[in-house]
Amino acid sequence: MKKEHSIEVRNLVRTFGSKRNKVTAVDRVNLSIPEGSVLCLVGESGCGKTTTGKMVAGLLKPSGGEVLYQGQSIWTGKGRKSPGFKKFRLDVQIIHQDPYASLNPAHTVYDTLRYPLLRHGLVRNQQEAYERVRELLRTVGLGPVEDFLPKYPHQLSGGQRQRVSVARALTVEPRFIVADEAVSMVDVSLRISLLKLLSRLKNDLGVTYLFITHDLAIAKFFAWEGEIAVMYVGSVVERAATPQLINSPLHPYSKALLSAAPEPDPELTHQKKRFELRSQDIPSLLALPNGCRFHPRCPFFEKGLCDTVRPQLTPVGDGREVACHIAVRELGIADMAVGNLSDAHA
Amino acid sequence: MLNKATDIKMKNYKIPLSVRDLWVEYAVERGVVKAVRGVSLDLREGESLALIGESGCGKTTLGLSLVRLLVKAGTIRHGGINYVYREGREIDIRQLSERELQKFRWQECAMVFQSALNALNPVLTILDQFHDTFRSHGHKVTKAYTRQRAKELLREVQLDPERVIDSYPHELSGGMRQRVLLAMSLLLDPQVLILDEPTTALDILTQRTIIDLLQRLQSKLGFSMMFISHDLSTAAELADRMATMYAGVIVELGSVADTFYHPAHPYTLGLIQAVPTVTGDFEELSSIPGAPPDLIDPPSGCKFHLRCPYVAERCRHEEPTLVPVDGNPEHTAACFYPEKALAAASAMWKERRDVAGEKTL
Repeated sequence: MKKEHSIEVRNLVRTFGSKRNKVTAVDRVNLSIPEGSVLCLVGESGCGKTTTGKMVAGLLKPSGGEVLYQGQSIWTGKGRKSPGFKKFRLDVQIIHQDPYASLNPAHTVYDTLRYPLLRHGLVRNQQEAYERVRELLRTVGLGPVEDFLPKYPHQLSGGQRQRVSVARALTVEPRFIVADEAVSMVDVSLRISLLKLLSRLKNDLGVTYLFITHDLAIAKFFAWEGEIAVMYVGSVVERAATPQLINSPLHPYSKALLSAAPEPDPELTHQKKRFELRSQDIPSLLALPNGCRFHPRCPFFEKGLCDTVRPQLTPVGDGREVACHIAVRELGIADMAVGNLSDAHA
Repeated sequence: MLNKATDIKMKNYKIPLSVRDLWVEYAVERGVVKAVRGVSLDLREGESLALIGESGCGKTTLGLSLVRLLVKAGTIRHGGINYVYREGREIDIRQLSERELQKFRWQECAMVFQSALNALNPVLTILDQFHDTFRSHGHKVTKAYTRQRAKELLREVQLDPERVIDSYPHELSGGMRQRVLLAMSLLLDPQVLILDEPTTALDILTQRTIIDLLQRLQSKLGFSMMFISHDLSTAAELADRMATMYAGVIVELGSVADTFYHPAHPYTLGLIQAVPTVTGDFEELSSIPGAPPDLIDPPSGCKFHLRCPYVAERCRHEEPTLVPVDGNPEHTAACFYPEKALAAASAMWKERRDVAGEKTL
């Protein structure tokens, strides 16, 4: 039986700035995440992954397109006034990227975790709140618990703050978590245990994740049974099951990223084959190249094709998709972008 | 036989920078933080040495002590930092006067700081920052000369000098700023380069550019390099030798190959087991249980014993010092029972390679 989609994103667009100086941060992104699985969004800074995450979590209004949670649109139609919206707010939580900015500096750890429990009636009294907060802190590995309860964010390290953020997201027992660089500040020796905790929630409780990271190794570890979508200047350029994407990427940008990342293994890292790009410069969002956004950097660039026709995400079998004229042609599949410009998902 | 050979080889190394039993403390409200507790370390000529450790282990403090840039609350309590000029004259950095220090920094030993955004002055153009660097280290040069020299160096780090030289820092991306700092650090042709987290917070492709640049510049200019990082992958790629630091001491020191494939300290092993590879198959990984110790009131004995899977009675009372692993003076570890980590590491690598081998068959 086909699993229900927890979150579905259709033609999502977000622009910033004035009419004259308009920047399209997210440009027609389509994603769907089945209940209880992981989709990992990877890409370099400025590619629109955080903006996408914020729109999915209902924190940023899209300029176009839809976000569907359990089949219900959260931004259009009745959207935010519908009775289902409060449920969406509780069900969907976000772990923000910057734990320095996302924790209230005037609240102790105890307050930060206690207030949502009381506000949403998840506990009956202060005593229950106290017990639950202690349990949450233990879950994220902040101990001894009593030491942390009275602390303010400024008294915590980056990694500790990040774990408080994770605990806060867990207070309301969410069904879907947008995790934006959730472990990037946590020390190497503790990172894996936090990722394993998030995985356990997925396996035991069926929590669904949109996991945003710039770290491919972390993406591979966390989303091994899920999928990875690679973003480049606002668009998804490739989406595939994690093992496929990691070990046989199709899009030249995915290839470049994977071959550039050093490995924690001296032999392996020195043997790695490099995938050289034509240019190091990420184009400005204010002056995006025509055709494929990647063509000025792409070693497979073909004049007359890549600089004129914008490739669309095209299904290439095994449930994977790629937006590259050359990769699609080499697989012997009709290029959707050249023949018809309709959306690949429709 | 092996010992003798390495002995002879070791004597051939010139050692521009050598730290001897260094102790550094910070006075804070709650007491005294013993950030560096008796570190001895040599930086050999032309080598790339990685100092690996987690936040709060003292690695940045150690780096700052080498150029005497500790904050006011920090004091070097004990120990010496020996420096050998290119012409052979030897000094102890701790004895330098402020004036001598100013010449020493940058000209002999340049440091590239952790955050490329904060290390540049936001109200000066890149050209002015180069000029400032010249002047504050006692070089009375003309603006035109600075411009010419800066352009050369910017080209060396693969930046377009015309685009960069008259820009302000905020007009440059993170990767460009990092490259500007790198170019600036080379302005006075230093013998030693210390880099604090040179690739952290950079995107993958930018990180790759910096790594490649450092390798190319080092082989061209021949400086000795020490870089501080928490990232094992960068060390695997860029370093010749690696020092692992924990709770203010170096717990393991050896060639990158020895440290990765034959770690003798359980902490080094723990780090290796906690970091996934990017490509290849799924690896079973594990975190090191517990958290780093409080350096104001550190535990007795081996500072790692509370987190160590192989802890024995002796570890609780006595702190181990660096001793050769399997009689190899080039690879030392501070653990009473190095055979434990060595055995676990060999099993782990065998399993990883077997899995990889099956795949290629």
